[in-house]
Amino acid sequence: MSMLQRPSDLSSNDLGDAWRGFRGAGWRESVDTRAFLQANYTPYEGDASFLTPATERTTTLWGRLTAMFPEERERGVYDVDPHTPASITAHRPGYIDRDVELIVGLQTDAPLRRAIMPNGGWRMVETSLKTYGYDVDPRLAEIYTVHRKTHNDGVFDAYTEEVRAARRSSVITGLPDSYGRGRIIGDYRRVALYGVDRLIVDKTLVKASLDALPSSEDVIRDREELAEQIRALGELRAMALTYGFDISGPATTGQQAIQWLYFGYLAAVKEQNGAAMSLGRVSTFLDIYLERDIDEGRLDESRAQELVDDLVIKLRIVRFLRTPEYDALFSGDPTWVTECLGGMGEDGRTLVTRSSFRFLQTLYNLGPAPEPNLTVLWSARLPKGFKDFAASVSIDTSSIQYESDELVRPVTGDDTAIACCVSAMTVGKQMQFFGARVNLAKTLLYAINGGRDEITGKQVGPVTSPVTGDVLDYDDVLRRLDVEMDWLARVYVDALNVIHYMHDKYAYERVEMALHDHPVRRTMAMGIAGLAVAADSLSAISAATVSVVRDETGLVVDYVVDGDYPAYGNNDDRADHIAVDLVERFMAKIRTYPTYRGAVPTQSVLTITSNVVYGKSTGNTPDGRRLGEPFSPGANPMNGRDRHGWAASALSVAKLPYDQALDGISLTSNLVPNALGRTPGEKVDNLTGILDAFFGAQGFHVNVNVLSRETLLDAMEHPEQYPQLTVRVSGYAVNFVRLTREQQLDVIHRTFHGSL
Amino acid sequence: MPLSITPVREHHGGSRAELEAELAQEGDPEIGYYHSYEITGTVNGPGVRFTLFLSGCPLRCQYCENADTWTLTNGRRVTMGRMLDEVAKYAEFVTTAHGGITVGGGEPMLQIRFLEALLRRCKEDLGLHTAVDTSGFLGARATDEFLDLVDLFLLDIKSGDPETYRVVTSADLEPTLAFARRLSEHGNRMWVRFVLVPGLTDAPENVEAVASFTATLSGVERVEVLPFHQLGAAKWAELGLDYQLTDVAPPAPQLVRRVEDQFRSHGLNVVWERPERGRSSRSTGAAALANHHEWPTATHEVRQRTAAPTIS
Repeated sequence: MSMLQRPSDLSSNDLGDAWRGFRGAGWRESVDTRAFLQANYTPYEGDASFLTPATERTTTLWGRLTAMFPEERERGVYDVDPHTPASITAHRPGYIDRDVELIVGLQTDAPLRRAIMPNGGWRMVETSLKTYGYDVDPRLAEIYTVHRKTHNDGVFDAYTEEVRAARRSSVITGLPDSYGRGRIIGDYRRVALYGVDRLIVDKTLVKASLDALPSSEDVIRDREELAEQIRALGELRAMALTYGFDISGPATTGQQAIQWLYFGYLAAVKEQNGAAMSLGRVSTFLDIYLERDIDEGRLDESRAQELVDDLVIKLRIVRFLRTPEYDALFSGDPTWVTECLGGMGEDGRTLVTRSSFRFLQTLYNLGPAPEPNLTVLWSARLPKGFKDFAASVSIDTSSIQYESDELVRPVTGDDTAIACCVSAMTVGKQMQFFGARVNLAKTLLYAINGGRDEITGKQVGPVTSPVTGDVLDYDDVLRRLDVEMDWLARVYVDALNVIHYMHDKYAYERVEMALHDHPVRRTMAMGIAGLAVAADSLSAISAATVSVVRDETGLVVDYVVDGDYPAYGNNDDRADHIAVDLVERFMAKIRTYPTYRGAVPTQSVLTITSNVVYGKSTGNTPDGRRLGEPFSPGANPMNGRDRHGWAASALSVAKLPYDQALDGISLTSNLVPNALGRTPGEKVDNLTGILDAFFGAQGFHVNVNVLSRETLLDAMEHPEQYPQLTVRVSGYAVNFVRLTREQQLDVIHRTFHGSL
Repeated sequence: MPLSITPVREHHGGSRAELEAELAQEGDPEIGYYHSYEITGTVNGPGVRFTLFLSGCPLRCQYCENADTWTLTNGRRVTMGRMLDEVAKYAEFVTTAHGGITVGGGEPMLQIRFLEALLRRCKEDLGLHTAVDTSGFLGARATDEFLDLVDLFLLDIKSGDPETYRVVTSADLEPTLAFARRLSEHGNRMWVRFVLVPGLTDAPENVEAVASFTATLSGVERVEVLPFHQLGAAKWAELGLDYQLTDVAPPAPQLVRRVEDQFRSHGLNVVWERPERGRSSRSTGAAALANHHEWPTATHEVRQRTAAPTIS
């Protein structure tokens, strides 16, 4: 008889007190996961030698799914349920292999079958279905076009003409006006620690407390949202029951804790097609339960690892139905099931536990994979054993990203998780209004052309006098750019205010918000793309001679650069300070506009994979970049212009100030394997060394790919031989072979650093 | 200082007379000539290093991968102040990453005055760990004060047999051996490196001579056997030089192992040269699933002329 209980036995709470052996008091009285965590977790300072490989059960289960991946890759989707609008309870239970799974629950009734989520917008559903050859259910079409208004409809009812023009010209792109905004992380740990009933009671009390307030618009909205949250929690409980689990009470074992927590997350991804549906920071929380089971003799290491492997298998098959336009922005079918590992506590103890290792170990046990988006919160003070293991896994799988624990902790505390790629937030206490990004390079061209679009010639920005001379003057261009950025910031904040008003109204994240405190802290996350192009263009205008080329209408359509200029990405202050100035300048402008629900404005320097789309819609730029050429991703220097090696490139990026870009600054790096050293030990030492050095220099985020260009070229030729080849492309990773050819070429054209 | 060189090969843009003229002086502490610099995590000493390649070299090694560093004035001129500013931008980075500065070349001791002044400032002002990558051929130029400034010497002993040494480098072996003995006596730490070229340096007796000599030294922390590669050939062609190793293949793994074993048999610590595929014992079974990584056989980086970092 296995020491593991079969899922069907799990709902009987014959283990007595779910909280047996737990320490601390504060978290018992009020919902406070962090307090529980701090009182009960056991830091782990050792190395990776305790870890165990995948069991035969795990390998078999994962094998069933991997056998389905080629068909999914071929067709774009494996299967879709076109008839059932998703909700927490819409689908009957689904299994991969009921007899073998240790953790159960699927988004629909079958693995890889995608659901339709029309509340975000009917058009997205319709386009997706047509793209993949599914019939559109006429009954649903009628409901969502005649009877039920969607988020997308609402947004376009309220957009201004200025917003529409900026959106059409792609100076603002990727706005979450037709898809779920995502980037909201429920504190899914609460489901395991407290059980659903306690959470319902808690929310009910909060709602009742609002009865004392006059029914202003804000209060009414809060009451309605709380009512929705309570309803969603009830649905979560009902959904779990269909799988045979009563999650009204707290979890009593490690297996239950994982199952309860996963049900919470599952409810979210059943209902919301958010751009990023991140998991939060669960490994150290779960470790408390796994270690208790081990102490009580009901679990051994191999089985603890099996449970983590099983959860990760589930996280790897989260799927959403999306359109080709969406895929162009966010290529490779990402879901951003971001899980944060590591970091240091405010009391100086590390938050690394054995389960932090177990999550990383899944990349060996199940092979490399883009999801979950494993994110190590790096601090020089992390235990050496964990640093070394993370570096080994990076070198072997290129599947991990790193973010600065020392930068985020002072801002969002030691219970911070990352939503999506680089957006730090306090779990359960903070959410963001996701705002995609604006195109700074195109804005510079508008400044030169008096607000006219350099491709269409249409007036998009405010009418100003265009540059008149033949040679660009730095101070003149900067003055014009400043005016254009003022306009851009105003229109941008306008657009986001409309979007998030409507998203709250028509596609509210009920269950995710039920797993937040009330009231919640909100940020509004703006973003900029094309920073390197804009900075290099200004540097060229400053250091070289840049002449303009006009078409017959007087529109500046090209530039002739005479002479050399320092490029951003070479640790040269002359160019790097321009990039710093642009970041600070735009943030200052954003801050001057009022935001919906009083959200605190932040910004990111992150493009996801939209650097390709942005480049496509941006004309020739004064740095010598040609029309249509992709931008560099995120805060990266332009490909090939960072010629002094990785350290110089990274140190340039590290100069961008985090306090002016609190939604994150993304650097994606490719290192050829030999650049790190020759022996495996040397590579690990050097990778941990440069991570310490980069974060010590106030770097915020880095993706580490350890691969050669030849590998990627070979994978383009022989995709079947590289089913799990994983590459970090931005704040997320992808199966390289699932990228479009265009995106693959973009990745291949990025700088591969042969030296550090 | 008497020259103990009789180069058998002329070099681009310069005659023997010019080379002798370069060798006749020891440089200027305030002005140096360099080829390039880069941050490296391999070959050039422990940890992550600011690696500066000074220009000028008295040797003309057949396998030289950076033939464009032979002539002193082929390099870029730089003042000490400007050079230090550049190093300073990376000082904290490389120190945090357990490294320091390595100066190679060319032959860095050709500009011994610049080198000594630079390392003194790096050590005293920036607190950097210092390493010098040298053939030892100009070791007689080093003062004891200079030796005190260098935390680690990367000493290339290109052959053990004097005749082979001359064929490989066009110069005499003895100055290198003398310098090695001096480092040993002075208490300096050393990594001894040997470039393995099939048909040129691979004779068992030749290797044996390097190994048995090295074993007499104290302070040798490791021996590195660097397999020959063809990545430097393009530079010879660019410079219009007569490259003689066109048909030589990199050494087979068995040959590398034989040579490493020769060193090991003298009790020397030979650092594993070839990368492994699987990382850790726990990841058994993972190798098949892991990303396909390619391991080029060559391990030296070749500094690209086009991408050579410069100080502006």
